[in-house]
Amino acid sequence: MSGRTTVERRPAERAVATRPVPLASPARPRRKNRLTALLGSGAVQAVLILVALVWITPLAGLFLSSLRSERDNASDGWWTALTDPSQLSLDNYTALFEDSGIGEAFWNTVLISVPTTLLVVGIAALAGYAFAWLDFPGRDAIFLVVVGLLVVPVQIGLLPVAKLFGAVGLFGTVAGVVLFHVAYGLPFAVFLLRNYFAEIPKEMLEAARMDGGSEWRIFSRLVLPLGRPAIASLAIFQFLWVWNDMLVALLFADSESQPLTVALQSEMRQFGSNIGVLAPGAFLSLVVPLVVFFAFQRHFVQGVMAGSVK
Amino acid sequence: MADTLNARAPRARAPQTGAAPDPRRRAQRNKRRLAFLFVLPALLLLGALVVYPVVFSVGRSLFDASGEQFVGAANYTEIFQDPATLKAIRNSTIWVVVAPVLLTGLGLLLAVLTEKVRWATAFKLVLFLPMAVSFLAAGIIFRLAYEQDPDRGVINAAVVAVHDSFGDPAAYPTARAREDQGLDGAAGGPYTTTEALRPGGSVTLGFVGVAPDAMPSEARPAAVHKTGADEIGGVAYLDFAPGGGGTLGKVDAAEKGLPGMTVEAVRDGKVAASATTAADGSFRFEGLADGEYTVRLPASNFAAPYQGVNWLGPALVTPAIIGAYLWVWTGFAMVLIGAGLAAIPRDALEAARMDGATEGQIFRKITVPLLAPVLTVVFVTLVINVMKVFDLVYIIAPGPVQEEANVLATRMWLVSFGGGNDQGLGSALSVLLLLLVVPAMIFNVRRFRRSRS
Repeated sequence: MSGRTTVERRPAERAVATRPVPLASPARPRRKNRLTALLGSGAVQAVLILVALVWITPLAGLFLSSLRSERDNASDGWWTALTDPSQLSLDNYTALFEDSGIGEAFWNTVLISVPTTLLVVGIAALAGYAFAWLDFPGRDAIFLVVVGLLVVPVQIGLLPVAKLFGAVGLFGTVAGVVLFHVAYGLPFAVFLLRNYFAEIPKEMLEAARMDGGSEWRIFSRLVLPLGRPAIASLAIFQFLWVWNDMLVALLFADSESQPLTVALQSEMRQFGSNIGVLAPGAFLSLVVPLVVFFAFQRHFVQGVMAGSVK
Repeated sequence: MADTLNARAPRARAPQTGAAPDPRRRAQRNKRRLAFLFVLPALLLLGALVVYPVVFSVGRSLFDASGEQFVGAANYTEIFQDPATLKAIRNSTIWVVVAPVLLTGLGLLLAVLTEKVRWATAFKLVLFLPMAVSFLAAGIIFRLAYEQDPDRGVINAAVVAVHDSFGDPAAYPTARAREDQGLDGAAGGPYTTTEALRPGGSVTLGFVGVAPDAMPSEARPAAVHKTGADEIGGVAYLDFAPGGGGTLGKVDAAEKGLPGMTVEAVRDGKVAASATTAADGSFRFEGLADGEYTVRLPASNFAAPYQGVNWLGPALVTPAIIGAYLWVWTGFAMVLIGAGLAAIPRDALEAARMDGATEGQIFRKITVPLLAPVLTVVFVTLVINVMKVFDLVYIIAPGPVQEEANVLATRMWLVSFGGGNDQGLGSALSVLLLLLVVPAMIFNVRRFRRSRS
């Protein structure tokens, strides 16, 4: 029971656990020597601007390449479009959706990542609550095993699960991909939510129990709403993880159920002659994560930070 | 899910047959059952799809490719004998040593620097952006960027631009001299005048083979200037009049000079003077002693242009892919370290400043030690992630170079599913991968336990 109270953690642990990791840090008091500070910060600014440009350039390159014709891409670099914007058109994108099965693959990506996210969050929330607040024999030992499973690499599951899915007819289906992702998303999800739920003040739960609320009621009416920040971070991280996955789907999906990443990967063999498909396809796969990134910046950063322990 | 739970929960409570007289014990047992129902879905999935596969893989790794013959540890010794797998181990080692160190260092540096500017948030946003991008997309992005042709790959375009800004770009790789018009030498240079010159003389050096769009924009119509008594002058020009006409070996009105050529006056095998041609192609050597000279155009004028670096060739493919990995993960390291930096008590730093410590001392003696836990977390996290890197290597390395770029995870994939078809060796590799992350697992679990107690 002693572990239930909030503990003062060291900054490192706090950063990796569920606490906010803001992009914005509190402003520091200005330095005394204004002039040297100003000169110094001039050089610093120049360096940082350069770094930011270097970071943006590859992404800009992909975007501009995706808007140029196959012939333009073969003859010169995307940066010529900066001085000659007449090269740019949406033709690649319309062509992409008309044939090549990329549209279907995009839809498969949605069909894989949305259910996975819901299942991981739902199953992990139930388990996390039980591990934090319900008593059952072997609870802490089982929980430690779950935490230990956190670093089992996906690779080790590929072959055995492929055989297993083959036996029950799940191989090559969206459901199979989803199940695999859910299983490998659970250790981290349970770990994260159990820790977050454990910090709910004990008095609140006991009061709810006194009032005769069933555990299910307490879970759904009290714990879930209180756990919203952690659940949001987890959901965003999990969604992104699965949306961006290639390895799992490469094995478990067939040509009917393959997501965008796998469809694009199979185009890599002709790299150089099909930038008109690869560049817009890759950009298309980026759009959803980027929208999520800008829409839920704070949760996004927290989710990625927390999820990186995987 | 809610429905199944509601439906199941009462049933779990109902059958209390037999002797359970104590209502409190009964209630407790019910509670336990309920708790099991809460964790059951998670445990079922984890058991079937995570725990069982680990056991299966360990067992499978002790059998041969067909899965029928028990071979003991043979697959594990094979790992350290098969040259392709050894190469993967070597590459994985490079990855694990280089990438986390660079990322932690870069993250620390940028975190400290961003504290000094006001647009830190925007900067962090830009660097964090690649974390949203899939490795597949990052792979495509960098396949484009690493393209060898400097006209198409942005990185080589930058490399060539920097290279050429230091050395003189060879302006006329395709130029060659008109035959039998006074110049000796073969295509690619160097060229020397066949006849000797004395100060006061001048020479016309006619070339062909430069396409109109390859001519420098500053080129002007060729002109021959008068030379002084101690000077030798001349003009290097394109002996080709656009639209036809013109006389071979003579400077015609429509013909342009070749600016920027290096020209040397040679006497007795030694360079006596050198000059660079002007916009109209003219040059002159001043202050020459009397004697016989030849005029020479060194080969550097005609060298093939620098073509940049073969990033995705066998030699550089791993560093190149690590570069792409840095692009994705630097923002992560920076933001996490930045959060740690913000948590350092201000008064510790202020006190040190009061005592006259320099910024460098403060950084080394206070900031870094206080940040050590954060740096460790970043480092360990990166080691785990680097160990498992797959997509980037799989996507960026071109087919023929794949073997040179392989890491454990890609090798495991290729052995098991990508044509290798040796699931015994593949299982052994995946078990090795698991064993390598076990230290990180222990670190994680310990950290977790410490934070609980």
